[in-house]
Amino acid sequence: MIEFQLDAGSGVATYLQLVQQVHQALQLGLLKPGDQLPTAQQVVARLAINPNTVLKAYRDLEREGLVRARPGQGTFVVRTLPRTDPAAQARFLASMTEWLRSARSAGLGPDDIEAIYRTAFRDCFAEGVA
Amino acid sequence: MIRGGAWKFAWVQARTQTAVAVAALAAAAILAAITGPRLLHFYDTVVATCGSRNDCASVTTAFLSSYRVIQVALPPVLLVAPALIGAFWGAPLVARELETGTFRLAWTQSVTRQRWLAVKLILAGLAGMAVAGLLSLILTWWFSPIDRVQMNQFTPAMFGVRGITPIGYAAFAFAFGVTAGAFIRRTIPAMAATLVVFAGARLAFSYYVRPYLITPLRATSALVMPTESGPAPPLGAGAVKPGDLVVSDQTINAAGRVIGANGGVGPNGEIGIQVTHGRPSLAGVGACPNKFPPLGGGLRGSGGQPPADFNAAVQECIDRLGIREVVTYQPLSRYWPLQWDETLIFTGLAIVLAGVCFWQVRRRLT
Amino acid sequence: MNAMIATSAVGKKYGRQWALRDCTLTIPAGKVVGLVGPNGAGKTTLLQLAAGLLTPTSGTITVLDGQPGTSPAQLARVGFVAQDAPAYARLSVAGHLRMGAWLNPDWDGAQAEHRIARLGLDPRQRAGSLSGGQRAQLALTMAVAKRPELILLDEPVASLDPLARREFLQSLMEVVAEQGTNVALSSHLVADLERVCDYLVVLAASRVQLAGEVSELLASHHRLSGPRRDPGTLPANQEVIEASHTDRQSTLLIRSDGPVLDPAWTVRPVSLDDLVLAYMSRARDAGNSRRPGLEVVR
Repeated sequence: MIEFQLDAGSGVATYLQLVQQVHQALQLGLLKPGDQLPTAQQVVARLAINPNTVLKAYRDLEREGLVRARPGQGTFVVRTLPRTDPAAQARFLASMTEWLRSARSAGLGPDDIEAIYRTAFRDCFAEGVA
Repeated sequence: MIRGGAWKFAWVQARTQTAVAVAALAAAAILAAITGPRLLHFYDTVVATCGSRNDCASVTTAFLSSYRVIQVALPPVLLVAPALIGAFWGAPLVARELETGTFRLAWTQSVTRQRWLAVKLILAGLAGMAVAGLLSLILTWWFSPIDRVQMNQFTPAMFGVRGITPIGYAAFAFAFGVTAGAFIRRTIPAMAATLVVFAGARLAFSYYVRPYLITPLRATSALVMPTESGPAPPLGAGAVKPGDLVVSDQTINAAGRVIGANGGVGPNGEIGIQVTHGRPSLAGVGACPNKFPPLGGGLRGSGGQPPADFNAAVQECIDRLGIREVVTYQPLSRYWPLQWDETLIFTGLAIVLAGVCFWQVRRRLT
Repeated sequence: MNAMIATSAVGKKYGRQWALRDCTLTIPAGKVVGLVGPNGAGKTTLLQLAAGLLTPTSGTITVLDGQPGTSPAQLARVGFVAQDAPAYARLSVAGHLRMGAWLNPDWDGAQAEHRIARLGLDPRQRAGSLSGGQRAQLALTMAVAKRPELILLDEPVASLDPLARREFLQSLMEVVAEQGTNVALSSHLVADLERVCDYLVVLAASRVQLAGEVSELLASHHRLSGPRRDPGTLPANQEVIEASHTDRQSTLLIRSDGPVLDPAWTVRPVSLDDLVLAYMSRARDAGNSRRPGLEVVR
C-alpha cells in the first residue's frame, strides 16, 4: 500500500501533494488497478493532517477517474496512468534547453523567462488539458 | 447516567480520610472497651457503696485518679475532631480542585457542578457527623461513672465533649471549611481560616450564648462568708445543686446594685474589714452598724485564724448592711434541652453555609 | 445543526479587564477549528465559555445549538481538554477511566482501555508521575471516550516536546477521521494548527480579528510588491492589512474578494503564518495608537 509523505514547507497545498503522490505511484507502477488506497484514518494517524484534506484529494482523484470509493470498503484504484515514455521525456528536455538558450541570447533574464513559463503553464493547465 | 456514579467517585476521593477516621475511632473504641468496664465495675462496687463504709473521700480520690492518662488524653481528641474534620475534609473539598485546576476536569464530565458539590457535601458531611457522634458516644459512655462523681459535664470545658453537640460542631466546621475553600480558593489559607473561626465560634457560643439560650434561673440569698476551713457554703442557699451550671454569681447591696462577684465585694469576691477611726467597716461598702468584739490580738487570733466571734460579727455586719448574693444558673435538668438546642443551632448554621457555598460554586465561580 | 459554536457579541470581564470582547462568530460544524492568537488574547476564555466553565458577562453563546454547561445532556455532548491537562495526581490512569465511566452516561470503556494500551500507558501508574505528553493523551482519551459531538482543547500541545506533539495530533486526527467529531483547539503558534485546521479564528487584543475557512483565507489574501504607492489609492474591494514602504518600494498584504489586475504589482501568495502575524500586529498597533505617546513600560 502506498505511504504518503508531506512536505510542509513546500508551499504546495497538502491535498495536491497527496494527489501528485498518487499520480507518481501510478506512473511508476507502484499502484495498479484494484489496489486500495489507505483510509483517511490511516493517513491522518501517520501524518497528523485534517481528514477532510485526504477526502478532498480522493474526491479529486475520483473526478479524474483514477479511483472509485466503495462505501463501507474503501477507495480503490480503477485506472492507471500512462507511463511517461523516457524517450519522449528526453526529446522535450532537448527542445526546452534549445528554447532557453535562444531566449537568453535574445536578452531575456531568468525572471522574464520564469514569468513567461508560469503564464504559459497556467493557461495550459487551467483549460483542464492533461 | 449510571445511578450513583457521582457517589462512587466522591467515595474514591474520600477513601484516605475515611481510613484515618476509622482507625482513630477503632483505637478509641478498643481503648474504651478494655478500660471502661473496669472503671464501671470500680464505681459500682466501691464508689457507689462508699457511704456505708464512710470512706467516700479516699475512695473518690482513688477513683478519680484511675486511668489518668485516658482521662487527660481522650477529651482533647473529641475537642479537636470537629476542627480537624473542617480543616482536612472541608477546606480542601473545593479549594484543592480550584488550586490544582482539576475542577476543569471534574466540571466538564456529564455531571453538573451543583450535583457534584451536593454529593460531596452530603457524603463527607454526614460521615464527619457520624465520626464525631461515634467518638462522643464512646467518650460519654466511658466517662459516665466519672461524671456521676464529678458532676461537671455542664461546665464550658466539658459540655462540648459529651453528648450530641460534637455532631453539630462537626457539621458546622465541615460546612465552614468547604465554604471558606470556595471563597478563598487556596487550601492552606482555608484550613487556617476554618480552625480560627471554629475555635472562635465554640468559645463565643460557650460563654455568650449557651448560658442564655433558656433564661437562666435566679436565686437571691444571704451572702454567707466562707470559713477558711470546711466546705464552701452552698450557692443560692441550696437552690443551686451540684452539676448545675452557674452562669453568674454576683453580690448586691441593699439598694440592689451590683457591688461584686464570686461571693464578695469587688470582682475578686473579697470580704475585708477596715478599721477607720476605731470603727470597723466593710471594705467597699460602708461602716458596720453592729458591735465587734475587742480586737485585742489584732485581726488575727491564735493559729492565724480570726476568732469565731469575730467571724460572727463580720457575718452580722454583712447581713445588716443588706449585702446579698444573686446567682443565675441553669439547672441540670436543662442539660439535654441545651444539648439539643446547641446541636440544632450549629447544624442549622451548617445548612446555611452549605447554601452560601452552593451559590458561590454555581454562580460566582464562572 | 449548522453551527459548532455560535456567538453574538459575547464578552467576559474580570474586574475591570475584558478578557474577551464583542466576539461574534458562527463556526460551522464538521470542521477542525483553530483559535490562534498571543497569550492573553481570549482563546482560553472563549473555549471555557463554550465548555460552560465560564458564563458570559455580555452577549450570548450557543454550542451545538445548546446552552453550554447547563445540563448533564449538554455537558455530555462536549469534551474539554484544559491547558496542561489537569489530572488527579494520586489517582491512577485506570482510576481516571473509572471516573469517566461513572460520571458519563455514554462512556466507551473498551475504546478507552484500548487507546491507553496502544499508547503504552500503565493503567496502574498515578497521573502525577506521567509526563506532560502522557497526561495530554490521558486527557484526550477521557474526552474522546465520553463520545462527545465536540471536543475543545486549550493549548493541548504547548508544553510538549516535538515528538509528543506529533503523536498527540495524530491521535486527535484519527478520532476525527473515525468519529467525525467537531474539534476546536487553540494555540499561540500557527505551525501547530496549520496541518490540522480547516477553519481559523484569529484572536488578538481580546477581539476576533479574522475568521474563516483556511482555504478561503489563503485564496483571498495576497502580498503585493511594487513601486512606492499610497495604500489609500487601492480599489475599494482591496483591504490593506499590512503595509511597509521604503523610499522606492511598497509591500502590502491585502485582502481582496477579486483578482488583482493592476500590472504594477507583483502578486504573491501569503503563508498562513504571515497572514496571522499581519492581523496580530495590526491589532497590537491599533491598541497602541489609542494611547499616543505612551511607551510600553516593562
